[in-house]
Amino acid sequence: MDQNIPEVIRTVPLQYYIYFATALFAIGVTGVLTRRNAIIIFMCIELMLNAVNILLTAFSAYRSDPNGQIFVFFIMAVAAAEVSVGLGIIVMIYRNFQNTDVNLLNRLKW
Amino acid sequence: MISIVLLSVLGIANLFLGFLRSNRMLLPVAMLILVVVFGANVLDWNAASQSYFNNMLTIDRYSVAFTGIVVLTTLLLLPFSEKYVRDGEANLAEYYSLLLFSLVGAIMMVSYDNLLMLFVGIEILSISMYVLAGSDKRNVRSNEAALKYFLMGSFATGILLFGIALVYGATGTFQLTQIGAGVANPANASFTPMLYIGMLLMFIGISFKVSAAPFHYWTPDVYEGTPTFFTAFMSTVVKTAGFAAFLKLLMIAFSSAQSFWIPTIMAMTVLTLLIGNVGAVAQNSAKRMLAYSSISHAGYLFIGLVALNGKLSANGIFFYSLAYSIATVAAFAVLKLVIDQRQREDYDGLNGLAKTNPLLAFVMTVAMLSLAGIPLTGGFFGKFFLFGAAVDKGHIGLVVFAVVMSMVGIYYYLRPVIAMYMRPAIDEEDATPVAVTGFQSAVLVLLALLTIVLGVLPSLVSNLL
Repeated sequence: MDQNIPEVIRTVPLQYYIYFATALFAIGVTGVLTRRNAIIIFMCIELMLNAVNILLTAFSAYRSDPNGQIFVFFIMAVAAAEVSVGLGIIVMIYRNFQNTDVNLLNRLKW
Repeated sequence: MISIVLLSVLGIANLFLGFLRSNRMLLPVAMLILVVVFGANVLDWNAASQSYFNNMLTIDRYSVAFTGIVVLTTLLLLPFSEKYVRDGEANLAEYYSLLLFSLVGAIMMVSYDNLLMLFVGIEILSISMYVLAGSDKRNVRSNEAALKYFLMGSFATGILLFGIALVYGATGTFQLTQIGAGVANPANASFTPMLYIGMLLMFIGISFKVSAAPFHYWTPDVYEGTPTFFTAFMSTVVKTAGFAAFLKLLMIAFSSAQSFWIPTIMAMTVLTLLIGNVGAVAQNSAKRMLAYSSISHAGYLFIGLVALNGKLSANGIFFYSLAYSIATVAAFAVLKLVIDQRQREDYDGLNGLAKTNPLLAFVMTVAMLSLAGIPLTGGFFGKFFLFGAAVDKGHIGLVVFAVVMSMVGIYYYLRPVIAMYMRPAIDEEDATPVAVTGFQSAVLVLLALLTIVLGVLPSLVSNLL
């Protein structure tokens, strides 16, 4: 344990982090666009945010700049706030519809 | 800066007023808070620009001006929440506090100097709005609007964040001025593809928030389902703050990559204008028409971004946002009063309003003319300044297209006017006057007056920045 964490992160080449984060992000986007259950869509959005966190951490370690890691903390805190509001909204929907399928939500159509 | 502190602290104080179980005090207190904040904000006008939090926020004339618009809009809108007070709404204190907190987000968006503050500001504004969109808990349409807004909004946040991460990777900083230097630096050329993808993703994220095509799908549904009072807030404050943030991003951070993003934004402008205006023609609901109209106004504001003409753009977007916000508040205020009484949102709901409530009909007409951009109203000069800034940079074709689209606008903006003045009320119930308190009438007169003053004496505020 005589290596510090940024050095450990830097043992993997930067482009691998970029590929990994992009793949994770793409999985998230695909999930949002194809799944129909509000909770699963929500999970996919969280996946997108976590892809961002990995990317920011990797860049931050490679550039020896702490700002990226601070940003990650902000993303985590805001994501937690978003989760609490989002789950509240989904519970409200479930009370009225007994379901969380977004296809049921078609009262507003042109 | 003091306006952010005041709004946060007084917002919490307002929350505690809810314990008193007296809804009567909430509205006057909330309005008083906004008057105080507006005054504090004006005091910052003549101070030299100051930076806070390690240069992450800068309070300068640009931010003070746009803060002024969002605070003034909210202040003028608040009297129309009076029905909630009368109905003894259980969670009223929370709603007012959320409005005040979301203003904090809007102010952060107009004064940010670091992408971290942009992100936090957008989220404070959006998360409050998710809650407010669903505030009519037992109404399934409000529920649906809240879920759609929430899912689309957080999806957009994810995209925006990925863009920010890539821009950070390419330039190594979140600070706007340093990003600008990094973009201009030829030594960073190997990062250019990553930078461009990051920029595009950021544009997509912000376009979602300001409801520009092709990222506008959620707008009509959400605007229609949300309680009318909060729809008005959404289509004015969120849009104003979003465009102020967008302009700042493009001017300071990405101005040296213009050759890349101007064609992109121009294509989005054309698409937004087309979808907003043509979509609005097809609507039968006045509220939904205003939703499409807010998409089309995002298109006009985009012209100011494409022009990117320094002070001309900043002044143009400031004036347009102000004129648009005032006219939209007036239109939604009248519509809300009518919907509350007559329980219908289509154009026929407005029938015969000129006979029962001449004042409401007059204010609605002024608002519609301003939104359509007829001379002698603020909307005309708003369009005039933005188009002028674009012509100055040689975007003649774009301006011609926008003028044609604003002619389409005249058609659908005049439909409510025709309904109010030329059609008789459908049944007995609709022939009774809509209930308006004296204070609301006074605010409506003020809104109409402001619109006309902006149209007659635009030089009062057109060269502020």
